[in-house]
Amino acid sequence: MRKRLLVLALLAGVASLGVARVAGAEAIDAQKFDQVEKGHYLTVAGDCAACHTAPGSSHDFAGGRVIETPFGKIIAPNITPDRVTGIGAWTDDEFVNAMVKGTGRNGAHLFPAMPYTYYTKVTRDDALAIRAFLNTIPAVHNTVEPDQLPFPLSIRAGMIGWNTLFFTPGAFKPNPDKSAEWNRGAYLAEGLAHCGMCHTSKNFLGGDKTSARYEGYDLQGWFAPNITSDKRIGIGNWSVDELADYLKTGHTQAAAASGLMGDEVDLSTSHLRDEDLKAIATYLKDQSAPSPNQAQSLPSDQPIMKAGAQIYADECAACHKSDGKGEPGLFPALRGAAVVQQADPASLLHVVIRGAQSVSTKPAPTGAAMPAFSWVLTDDQIAAVVTYIRNAWGNAASAVVASEAGKARASLAERND
Amino acid sequence: MTRKLPRKDVVIIGLGWTGSILANELTDESLDVVAIERGPWRNTATDFPVSYMQDELRYRIQHELFLQPSQSAVTFRNNTNQTALPVRNWGAFMLGNGVGGAGVHWNAETWRFLPSDFVLKSHVTERYGANFLPADMTIQDWGVTYDDLEPHYDAFEYLCGTSGTAGNLSGKIQDGGNPFEGARSRPYPTPAMKQGYGHTLFGEAAKQLGYKAFPQPSGNLSKGYTNPLGVTLGQCTFCGFCEWFGCANYAKASPQTTILPVLMRKSNFEVRTESEVTRINLDNTGKRATGVTYVDSSGEEFEQPADLVILCGFQLWNVQLLLLSGIGTPYNPQTGEGQIGRNFTHQTMSTALGFFDKDKYNFNPFVSAGSMGVCIDEFNGDNFDHGPLGFVGGGYIGQVQTNGRPIQTTAVPPGTPAWGPKWKQALKDNYLSTINSGGACHGSFQAYRDVYLDLDPTYKDRFGRPLLRLTIDLHDNELKMSAYLTDRWSEILQKMGAKQIVKQPRKGPYDVTQYQTSHLCGGAIMGDNPGNSALNRYLQSWDVPNLFVQGASAFPQNAGYNPTGTVAALAFWSAAAIRSQYLKNPGPLVHA
Amino acid sequence: MLRGGLPWTPGAATPPEAVTPGGWKYFTAQEAATVEAFVERLIPADELSPSGKECGCAVYIDRQLAGPAGRNGGFYMAGPFQKGTKQQGAQSADTLAQQYRKDLAAFDAACRAKYSGKPFAELTNEQKDETIKGLEDGSFKLDGTDPQDFFKLILKDTQTGFLADPIYGGNNDMASWKMIGFPGAHYDYRDWIDKHNQKVTLPTVGIANHPNWAQQ
Repeated sequence: MRKRLLVLALLAGVASLGVARVAGAEAIDAQKFDQVEKGHYLTVAGDCAACHTAPGSSHDFAGGRVIETPFGKIIAPNITPDRVTGIGAWTDDEFVNAMVKGTGRNGAHLFPAMPYTYYTKVTRDDALAIRAFLNTIPAVHNTVEPDQLPFPLSIRAGMIGWNTLFFTPGAFKPNPDKSAEWNRGAYLAEGLAHCGMCHTSKNFLGGDKTSARYEGYDLQGWFAPNITSDKRIGIGNWSVDELADYLKTGHTQAAAASGLMGDEVDLSTSHLRDEDLKAIATYLKDQSAPSPNQAQSLPSDQPIMKAGAQIYADECAACHKSDGKGEPGLFPALRGAAVVQQADPASLLHVVIRGAQSVSTKPAPTGAAMPAFSWVLTDDQIAAVVTYIRNAWGNAASAVVASEAGKARASLAERND
Repeated sequence: MTRKLPRKDVVIIGLGWTGSILANELTDESLDVVAIERGPWRNTATDFPVSYMQDELRYRIQHELFLQPSQSAVTFRNNTNQTALPVRNWGAFMLGNGVGGAGVHWNAETWRFLPSDFVLKSHVTERYGANFLPADMTIQDWGVTYDDLEPHYDAFEYLCGTSGTAGNLSGKIQDGGNPFEGARSRPYPTPAMKQGYGHTLFGEAAKQLGYKAFPQPSGNLSKGYTNPLGVTLGQCTFCGFCEWFGCANYAKASPQTTILPVLMRKSNFEVRTESEVTRINLDNTGKRATGVTYVDSSGEEFEQPADLVILCGFQLWNVQLLLLSGIGTPYNPQTGEGQIGRNFTHQTMSTALGFFDKDKYNFNPFVSAGSMGVCIDEFNGDNFDHGPLGFVGGGYIGQVQTNGRPIQTTAVPPGTPAWGPKWKQALKDNYLSTINSGGACHGSFQAYRDVYLDLDPTYKDRFGRPLLRLTIDLHDNELKMSAYLTDRWSEILQKMGAKQIVKQPRKGPYDVTQYQTSHLCGGAIMGDNPGNSALNRYLQSWDVPNLFVQGASAFPQNAGYNPTGTVAALAFWSAAAIRSQYLKNPGPLVHA
Repeated sequence: MLRGGLPWTPGAATPPEAVTPGGWKYFTAQEAATVEAFVERLIPADELSPSGKECGCAVYIDRQLAGPAGRNGGFYMAGPFQKGTKQQGAQSADTLAQQYRKDLAAFDAACRAKYSGKPFAELTNEQKDETIKGLEDGSFKLDGTDPQDFFKLILKDTQTGFLADPIYGGNNDMASWKMIGFPGAHYDYRDWIDKHNQKVTLPTVGIANHPNWAQQ
């Protein structure tokens, strides 16, 4: 089951007019195998299938996936070459504009569930390669239901004003002070891979909070963790190779991708070339943390820590070990692990409450899973064990209270993904 | 109405150890493989979770993970003069169910048989003369040798990450290992398990008596391990809930923890669970299998055509399905003719309880694992002179206590009242200071003319098919052997310092309510010609060459070890023959 | 049909349902009184533990009989039923719950016959123990049922409930485990495997009983 819902930003707002004009461009040649092959790779890098293929569907890219937004549901469209229900009748310019400018056919504005705010960095050549690949897949006649946004959010013209505020169009510009590898990484991470879509929090209008770039974001019952170079809660302690390996395999000693990141690894990053993963890692490792994070561990003699230690010993240590070091490739280490020390404990609560299956990849196929503990742990006990994990073995993070655990339990019970 | 499904290259019946091994090997040949499994899918985190797997009542006493007799039972009698009656609730053996099969609930004791075990009849005859064997004993050579199987034992041990100490590396005897084992091409993949106090005392006492004690080879792993398929297993935590239970922390080798993560990723493999194969279909010549018929949980019947059929059920069900499908000739105990159902064997288990001074000994029996333990092999196979003893066979002897689960591991000394305050006091006084090694003497079981399997004339399963009938009793050879092994074990217990020893040698008649391992063997045995076997040396049916029958049903008789290592080695051996020979030229691999 | 990866479902767990004391799910009030009195003598209160009754052994048996075990769930229950040898195992067409009902009725009648109309629960402790001994050695005859079989059945079930996880109702406060020194439903003894001949000092826990988790 590969179910993946992207967060998106939305706005109903100021209306203004303006239809982008698109320059004419070179044609796509379906005979060009190189272009199609490159387009396939870039389609994977952009993880297009995650949204444009309905869960459980055997019709790739035929649309129909429901994308949850804080404001309502959006249905990802059919992007197969079907001329009526897909994009077969679109011109190349229309396609490129959809990707890089967020405009649909005839200039209608897309909602930024489509990550055009990132894809705008994609070069025209790469966008056309993606189109060339999409032209080769089977056309599927599948009429996608219209968006289910309530009025006035359903007015697409509203996006124009939003774009004015939060969208900086324009292809990627290399930084001449950085290496070619860094620039390749930046191009991918800021463009097709759209890392910030999940790892950067959004402002109240749903735009990227630029002041908190890569500091993590709460979405779909998870907390996409901080990926700045902060040593405690970011990736500051990861080497470039370790990060690249994580994107390739889904696993390192201190992290096992599951949930949304598990899907991302499964569908996208595990299929990317090693040099591209290393480039992304090189770039991400160079994203500075905003301010040193000075959290203090809670004292181990606090009642909540003592209770948490007992729960940990009884329920967690058999896999993660009493010293929190885990088992490489199987049970992630919790000691020193960034993911358990995030400001927002949503992911930790998530896996304790309903369990999680780590991603299975070709180089790391095990796919070990964590059981659900909601049946045996009360909210108080969940709070205690999570607080303990966040503060044992030198870890440091805020205590979690029972009401947070209760809220997470209630909201996860509503989820069907 | 039977729905006919699209043809597959291979249909595998049962997705336990052998089904998983064969499926993985044959999908590597790009064959399109479907497995049909009677029980449910089983997953570590959701079916054996750390928060409630430690439940003796549910999993041990009430058999949660096992096949239920209401789904499929057997009938049993000691001899042909009796009327066989249904085994209404399992007792003498436990039958796995679901994906992973018995590989989910086993203790993971991962042994190799001795080289002489594979040529038992000729070996014993040569050493002791043809008259040494009782007239009704029908043991025979396997048609395959230890050397044939060595690479495949190795493959299984490296798949599992087996923990142990080599005793014979390429012919050189190693300190600390089993000096009697056949030569192995490399050491065990992981070091031997740590041992508890009682296990350690056994090793010391055995050495004092001049034996070579060694750690039991274990599929509960001493450390984390990544196998050649890339699948990672964890470290055993000595929880004491191993046999009868699934492992919650990926530390016990099973199909789930070694093969399935890779197999399930393959686009040319699928499994249909909760679907029971009711027969193997033959064409009108009766010499070729056309596929199988199965029924899913809704009762709908399907026909799955396939070019190659691989029967990977448990021993009993393999034999039953062959009989129900009319493959081969049913065994006739009067004439000794016919091969299907012949040479049915079990395991001859015995022990002695050792009660120790509670003020000096605390064994913490609950700190334990399914295949930890210390053993000696001086009395196994033909490692000792049977001439003066008047029996053949033997077994390993060891302190292999796997648990201290209180419902079943609270022995009290003889003479203790069965209830009341004295019973309570005895329970308290002995729980921590008793050696209660159920598998202390793990003995062989030879084949006999009057121990066999056939279809019951009266009792039927839920589809109206005849139940399999077990006709089995213990013979003098096994009883003598068991008494002998139990005496040797008791001597070691004495040396360990037991203040009271209660010997429990195996006694007849065979009792279907008394647990004596789930190591049922034979009934569709391998051999060197169709006159003495159902299968050739590659586990290929002599009668239907596009049918291979895996599992312990192929054992001509049972040796003094746990069978899984040999079952798996045979599966790899058979798979190699299919890959390297059969697929190139489908047909009999051995010409009769 | 499963393919394309390991199937997995979030939140999946099938823990046992915890027995809650109070009321009887299978026994009649009179049967319950008999069984409670019986288990109190099989496991009498002393300095080692509370009695079988206080530990909930009768509640355990009641809940078992009301559930799948009482219905012989999973057993092969097709006929014909005929008596076999001891080695062939139980061949009764009765379920466990039906067996208990018959046995308890015969036992009650026999007690009243012997002790001037008094049911077992109203006997003195000496009389109760004498009666149980009579069942055990077969001298206390029951109409239509074997006294020794009845004795073995109720003894086995009482001791099983007493030693099982407390979630099943017969091992309240983990009394039996504390008595014998079994620390319960732990899953990791790696820190203890090398500590030979030393007492394990872990708190006693059940799969859903963790007094050690309380915040203090």
